[in-house]
Amino acid sequence: MTWFASLLPISLFIYFSTFAKGVMNGEIFNFFTSWVPSLGINLDFRLDNLALLFTLLITGIGSIVFLYTSQYLKGHPKLMRFYVFLSVFMGAMIGLVTSNNILTLFIFWELTSISSFFLISFNNTEKASRKSAIIALTITGLGGLALLAFGVLAGQMTGTYSISEMLQSPEAFASHEYTGYLLLFLFLATFTKSAQFPFHFWLPGAMKAPTPVSTYLHSATMVKAGIYLLLRFTPHFEANPQYFNIMLIVGGVTMLYAAINTLFKTDLKGILAYSTIGALGIIVFLIGIGTSASITAAIVFIVVHALYKASLFLVTGTIDHQAGTRDITQLAGLRKVLLPLSIAGIIAALSSGGFPPTVGFLGKDLIYEATLHGSISPALLTTLAVITNIFMVFAGLLVGVKPFTGKLPEALGPIKKPHFILWFMPMILAALSLLFGLFPSMVQSLFTNNITPLLTGENSPHLAIWHGFNLILLLSGITLVFGLGLYFLWKPSHQKEDAIAKIEGYAPKAIALQFANLFQKTSYFLTRTFQNGYLRRYVMIILVLLTIVFGIHIFINPRIFLSLTEIKSLNWNEIVVLLMMLISILFTVFTKSRLTAIAGMGVLGYTMCLIFIFYGAPDLAMTQFSIDTLTVILFVLVLYRLPKYLNLSNKTNRIRDAIVATSFGTFLAFTIIEIMNENPVKGVTQYYAENAYTLAKGKNVVNVILVDFRGFDTMIEISVLAIAAIGVFGLLKLYLKKHEK
Amino acid sequence: MNSLILNTISKTLLPLLVLFSVFVLLRGHYLPGGGFVGGLIAAIAFILHAFANGLNETKKILRIHPGFLIPIGLLIATLSAIAPMIITGEPLMTGLWYEKDIPILGKIGSALFFDAGVYFVVVGICLTIIFTISESV
Repeated sequence: MTWFASLLPISLFIYFSTFAKGVMNGEIFNFFTSWVPSLGINLDFRLDNLALLFTLLITGIGSIVFLYTSQYLKGHPKLMRFYVFLSVFMGAMIGLVTSNNILTLFIFWELTSISSFFLISFNNTEKASRKSAIIALTITGLGGLALLAFGVLAGQMTGTYSISEMLQSPEAFASHEYTGYLLLFLFLATFTKSAQFPFHFWLPGAMKAPTPVSTYLHSATMVKAGIYLLLRFTPHFEANPQYFNIMLIVGGVTMLYAAINTLFKTDLKGILAYSTIGALGIIVFLIGIGTSASITAAIVFIVVHALYKASLFLVTGTIDHQAGTRDITQLAGLRKVLLPLSIAGIIAALSSGGFPPTVGFLGKDLIYEATLHGSISPALLTTLAVITNIFMVFAGLLVGVKPFTGKLPEALGPIKKPHFILWFMPMILAALSLLFGLFPSMVQSLFTNNITPLLTGENSPHLAIWHGFNLILLLSGITLVFGLGLYFLWKPSHQKEDAIAKIEGYAPKAIALQFANLFQKTSYFLTRTFQNGYLRRYVMIILVLLTIVFGIHIFINPRIFLSLTEIKSLNWNEIVVLLMMLISILFTVFTKSRLTAIAGMGVLGYTMCLIFIFYGAPDLAMTQFSIDTLTVILFVLVLYRLPKYLNLSNKTNRIRDAIVATSFGTFLAFTIIEIMNENPVKGVTQYYAENAYTLAKGKNVVNVILVDFRGFDTMIEISVLAIAAIGVFGLLKLYLKKHEK
Repeated sequence: MNSLILNTISKTLLPLLVLFSVFVLLRGHYLPGGGFVGGLIAAIAFILHAFANGLNETKKILRIHPGFLIPIGLLIATLSAIAPMIITGEPLMTGLWYEKDIPILGKIGSALFFDAGVYFVVVGICLTIIFTISESV
């Protein structure tokens, strides 16, 4: 009965499909609700063709993954929790791609990072899962902060947080004083999310998640959020060549780096992880070329990649589920038991490699078309693309074909037939790869024609399987031949994986981990120094710090005036009270018994109440009086059972404490005197005094402030007090009973 | 503590002090007083009683655990805060006032209920903390 969770993505998919016709005709659907209008934050959703493409991908692949999971994790005790996280993620992702407000987009962006964290650490009993989840969260969280900075900065520069309205101030994105920061923050956000070099290393770690998660989040959708944002802001940055050049470089490095890494992996998911990074690199690289043709190629490649990569991941998941291993060196000959799965795997592998007549072939065609007409050095761009694609062919074949061909090793033992869902779901995706490949006009009408012409003045290229004999066909041929050659000649092994592991000490991951270790050590050190668990240490640190602050302030800017006339005007009763205060303080400090010290404190509190009464603050006096009574009772209760008063601190400590205490008291007194000399800001006081009766119908201003003007503060305060009481109760009462020990 | 005088006087003082605390609560809007200090006075009254007669006697008078007063108070305060949203559709914590004067109480408004909520929370907190500590030492 777990399949019913899949109804959610399926119904969403159908819902979003109903917009397809309108969007294809160039309509844009807006959904607007005010949220915090005074800050410019609104629930402003906008469904245009780019957003629709992504929502369909998210809900479509989501449906398949949800269904697949119902069998893949069948009987798992935490299956429902899994579905909850997955649904949260899906909702956040839909919100992300439809948000037209950069700040709500940021919120959804963070939500995807957080749901991804929970999904990666789903097997939370494994240390490796937890560690990977934390690395992923740290990296994508860093990007999230950068996105917030980008959003706020862009909002300040353009005067709006609405992404579509930002288009009206192109100068902010092209040649403003702060455009460099905009680029920095945007790239930091998108490159971390979309696993670009040097932030890519969180993605292979994220493969610790259950396979449906890797399929959905870490290849088909979430990692494309960065790409989505880059595409979304391409029109804004159209006039800024730096925007495209940086992407070209970073995308190029990423795709080459990741493609070469696929050679050295033996885990199926490891290979897929690096080929995903490679594909993301290709997409960024394509956007970086910055022509209409290249952006069309990027968009088609997003669809192509989502289809074949999701399919390959699901195939891997089923192999893992049935054979119990993902080690490519051990897997072979599975076609004998998993025939339908092998068909799905092989089609996906062909699409991944770009063999005709799959949609992958179209994708590769478009890539070469884009690189050949690139603005800078077409030859270099094309060479890079060809090399990367050769490795992609290799990676696809390795995952989709290798486990099924050859002789079934006996070491694998008997393999059960999978539930039909486990092969049917990857089959649907593979079939779509084939279908779109056979009918390229479908891709054209569904996606490319209707993506907003992102760059003005150019047409998107025509899609077809057969363009005639030309350079592009030749390049495709070269890619396929070399890819096949690599597949037959290069055998992945553990030795090779270990060899590459040796140089990984210099990889970005190792550097980041060292930094994290250093950070942790520093924070341990600071915590141990400042928060060592002894209350007296905390008090002393606070007092010393405040003394320094007050001291510097008074030293720099002495403004203390004590007028003799005011001192002379003290009444005899005030003098008596002050003397009582002084005596009780001295008594408290020098007494040898705890109870008398407490009594001394109590007397001090009561004399302060008298001062409040003399100076016309009866409310304060009443409260202080009650509080003091209760404090004394509390102290007595706590100290009643403690051993006799002991002189625990030695003489030096006592002298140090005395110095700290007196200097703090002195500086505090100076500061108060200074405040008394200043003319206090009357605005608020006067407002409260004048309006207490007219607005709040109360004559006691203090109380009106408490329950009306600042009532919300009181609300929070009583909540905090309630929590404190629960804390005391919990600490003292909820100990283990004897039989529970 | 076994003191006959304290025993006797505390039994008489308890109702008087509680009454006084309610008086302080009600006058708060016009004269010194209010929910916070009223709650403290009521708490002191019960604690005095507990000192003189033992905790169990006081608990018998209270009938419920003082901890339950905390959610009751929070509920009253929250309701009085959201009442304007429900009744008149005005923002959170807008003061609502009944036009006519009521004998003894004077004007009645949502602020009074808010203050009463504070009163209950304060009584609940003080008694919970002090009862818990005195039971465990």
